[in-house]
Amino acid sequence: MGIGSDMYRQQIMDHYKNPRNHGRLESPTFTHTGENPSCGDTITMDVQLADDGETIERVAFSGDGCAISQASASMLTQRLPGTTLSELAEMDTDDITEMLGVDISPMRIKCAVLARQVAQDGAKIHDGEIEIEQTKTEGDDD
Amino acid sequence: MRVQESYPVDVDAIRADFPILQRKVGGDISTPGEHDDDDTPLVYLDNAATSHTPEQVVDAIVDYYHGYNSNVHRGIHHLSQEASVAYENAHDRVAEFIGASGGREEVVFTKNTTESMNLVAYAWGLDELGPGDSVVMTEMEHHASLVTWQQIAKKTGAEVRYIRVDDDGRLDMEHAKELIDDSTKMVSVVHVSNTLGTVNPVSELADMAHEVGAYAFVDGAQSVPTRPVDVEDIDADFFAFSGHKMCGPTGIGALYGKRDILEEMQPYLYGGEMIRSVTYEDSTWEDLPWKFEAGTPPIAQGVGFAAAVDYLDDIGMENVQAHEELLAEYAYDRLGEFDDIEMYGPPGDDRGGLVAFNLDSVHAHDLSSILNEQGVAIRAGDHCTQPLHDKLGVAASTRASFYIYNTREEVDKLVDAIDTARELFA
Repeated sequence: MGIGSDMYRQQIMDHYKNPRNHGRLESPTFTHTGENPSCGDTITMDVQLADDGETIERVAFSGDGCAISQASASMLTQRLPGTTLSELAEMDTDDITEMLGVDISPMRIKCAVLARQVAQDGAKIHDGEIEIEQTKTEGDDD
Repeated sequence: MRVQESYPVDVDAIRADFPILQRKVGGDISTPGEHDDDDTPLVYLDNAATSHTPEQVVDAIVDYYHGYNSNVHRGIHHLSQEASVAYENAHDRVAEFIGASGGREEVVFTKNTTESMNLVAYAWGLDELGPGDSVVMTEMEHHASLVTWQQIAKKTGAEVRYIRVDDDGRLDMEHAKELIDDSTKMVSVVHVSNTLGTVNPVSELADMAHEVGAYAFVDGAQSVPTRPVDVEDIDADFFAFSGHKMCGPTGIGALYGKRDILEEMQPYLYGGEMIRSVTYEDSTWEDLPWKFEAGTPPIAQGVGFAAAVDYLDDIGMENVQAHEELLAEYAYDRLGEFDDIEMYGPPGDDRGGLVAFNLDSVHAHDLSSILNEQGVAIRAGDHCTQPLHDKLGVAASTRASFYIYNTREEVDKLVDAIDTARELFA
């Protein structure tokens, strides 16, 4: 099959090798960190809201892990600005696979959705809906 | 020269016994058993997780269901008696395979290695362990024993200790001498590491346990399938292994225990099959091993387990071991050609038939996904040795593990597939 890959298409590899909005924001409205304990993927999302307190203005991420988790985070930082917190809260797994544009195998879904989960949990903590230190995704790979 | 002449076993003949090795992969996984859209030949290198099942074993299970399926030890009718004889004989056959001279009375059929471990932890550990006692394990222990003894220790107030693994992936035996002391009641050690491939000196560790009056429990999940094992030579008090890693079916494993120890232990599960007499007030237990096999046991699986042992004995466990070592050394050498591959554990000529490694700058899960797209089945993750991976400083690793039907050509395909990942991530 040569160098082509079903899951690791050009867009994924591009975002992994050249992550967008990678780093930290100077004054984020909220920040949150999560990990896949079994994979070692970690992601921190910084989110800055507009003055309305509802619209996402800027997003940055940092962390490390597999290409799927990091590319997903990078793409999410481009997707989220302009959307509202309630739209973020409604994002599901299908939205993420659609954003990635590739079929993610079942065992890798948790890598793909980590960044979204971190952003959603960060927003919930910001709104006072939940109290957690860190997001941990479910499941063990062994 | 024909290919099989260069192997310790007749690989071509063996491969013909495993139809699954001929299948292709890569299609829709949501319809198991339908392979129309699969297009990539399978290279199966995940044998430490589970081995495949030869036709001889499948046939034995089919014969059971077609010919004498029945519950054991209950009916006086013909089928039940045939099933009982087959199931009981399977215990003797498995006992013989691991050198347990006590036969069926020293071999309890369980669900798997993990259940064998839990059986002893609950039936012996809960009664015998307490504050001031210690259980000694190794840093390379599989979660099956590590988590089990860790949690039993929490319940009983006992202490768990771990024998250090040195930089070469071997046990620090001086450290073992320090840890195994008068407080030690159990030394529970893995025979062949499922991550490092290290073959541990379990006989020496059993001697050290016995010197302080402790029991020795050997986790043989990776050793019984891959080499001759004699539990009496090792002098293990307990020994656990699984059927599905040695050509047998899933759902069955075994616990070997020295007869006098098993006799003193109380049952772990209560219910049918394991009782001699019952009143509303009290019950008495069946003889060994049945007192540890409550409920309807895995009869078909027991029959399959014995057939798997027959299959391996026909090949010869010395030959199985030689084949494993040949492939391990070949894989170690091939992977060792690359500076960006880090391997874990002892050198290629001193290990069991598996190699765990990482490709620099490619996460183990990305690597395994890319290998999978090329039909190469390996395992990525922590292989149920999370604390060992923490010690190695990696979250996960990729593991190729071999069995009697694997070839050097398949190792070459693994190396080629890794190269594809390398290019993709370059």
